[in-house]
Amino acid sequence: MQKTYYDPSDLRKFGKITEWNEELGNKFFEYYGKVFEEGALTAREKSLIALAVAHTEQCPYCIDAYTKDGLQRGVTKEEMMEAVHVGAAIKSGATLVHGVQMMNKVNKLDG
Amino acid sequence: MTKVKTQSLQKRDSALAKGKKQLEILSNGIFQNGELPTFAAKLKESNQFPLKAKKLEILQINVGYMCNQVCEHCHVDAGPDRKEIMTKETMQQCLDVIASTGAHTLDLTGGAPEMNPNFRWFVEEAAKAGIKDFIVRSNLTIIRANKKYYDLPEFFKKHNVHVVSSMPHWTRGKTDKQRGDGVFDASIKALQELNAVGYGQPDSDLRLDLVYNPSGAFLPGDQMAMEKDFKKALLEDFNIRFHNLFAITNLPISRFLDYLIASENYEDYMYQLVEAYNPSAVANVMCTNTISISWDGYLYDCDFNQMLALPVNSKAKHISKYNEALLEGRDIVISQHCYGCTAGAGSSCQGTVA
Repeated sequence: MQKTYYDPSDLRKFGKITEWNEELGNKFFEYYGKVFEEGALTAREKSLIALAVAHTEQCPYCIDAYTKDGLQRGVTKEEMMEAVHVGAAIKSGATLVHGVQMMNKVNKLDG
Repeated sequence: MTKVKTQSLQKRDSALAKGKKQLEILSNGIFQNGELPTFAAKLKESNQFPLKAKKLEILQINVGYMCNQVCEHCHVDAGPDRKEIMTKETMQQCLDVIASTGAHTLDLTGGAPEMNPNFRWFVEEAAKAGIKDFIVRSNLTIIRANKKYYDLPEFFKKHNVHVVSSMPHWTRGKTDKQRGDGVFDASIKALQELNAVGYGQPDSDLRLDLVYNPSGAFLPGDQMAMEKDFKKALLEDFNIRFHNLFAITNLPISRFLDYLIASENYEDYMYQLVEAYNPSAVANVMCTNTISISWDGYLYDCDFNQMLALPVNSKAKHISKYNEALLEGRDIVISQHCYGCTAGAGSSCQGTVA
């Protein structure tokens, strides 16, 4: 058995997902490719969104992939870190906003 | 004032200063154990082996490896410590060839070509041949390096030279990391001076193109998207205009190979190149329409093969024996570094090819 759950070289094998279910695998990659095409948002903007989401999802493959993708598009490290902070702010905000629910409950039970 | 980052591999007595050692690395490991296919095997898969030279279009002359910069990823291993400089005799032999060539483009490179003491004489003479596109690859900082170079923009203009210059990024940090402290500011100043004499202006015939190559172990992004970003940033921040951006892939040779190995990125980078292999880029790779001439007059399929000491596969191996008809149809000499020119949209000294 391998010693760690994540192996960086597994990212290269992502395409092999289609080998065990060609139809669904192909549909996924077709959809995925389409999503990242230049549209109302530029491919560069999409790359930065993907980087932020990669962090909130804590997906090491995606972090590697979209850090490299950003570098290829000329994205600076300052832009990358700001994108990560956007993800972190939403994550922490999502936690904290539930505090209102806690406050409501306290007020109802012990107000 | 620019500050050089390091010394050339040759000066450091690095084993990688020798083409033979680089070729050994590129043929061993992942390419020997079958993990990745060799470039020849990949060409065979797409029925493109052997790669054959077509009609000559571009004559590229390297007038010397001396340079005022020591860029991290230089495939020439150029620097102030390199003394290989083309002599006036070899230049004269080149001029004889230029006068009779069927090529539409003449491309002078280095090092910093301007540092060759006979550079100006050579440009003046070569310009008389009336070749359609006469390129000088200028690193920009040379224009600001010393008073004797300050008039280069005017000199280029006088001879209708097409200036092609390296610019790895529109930010100071990324540019200086790759090319040395102070390079960004000096390059910006030089670009403004080229703009001032008419270079790079929207309707100007004085062509000014920039070359982008990645600052690390990754491939260049889409050339058109990068051009748009470069144009916007350089215009907004510095009022600089230029015509086209050429996105060039770093080939895994010389100082870039040294960097890939030292940073433990070599295997990943080779995987990236092989995975991005594009058969339609193969059809237009520059070695099929270019001859590269070294400072000492030898002929190569491209500047990269020149640095790997892989001469043309032809009886005409030196400028003194130059024969365009004999060179046409020759088999191109290849190794695994060639994956750099066939990845994605392809790469050449004129940018993407597919």
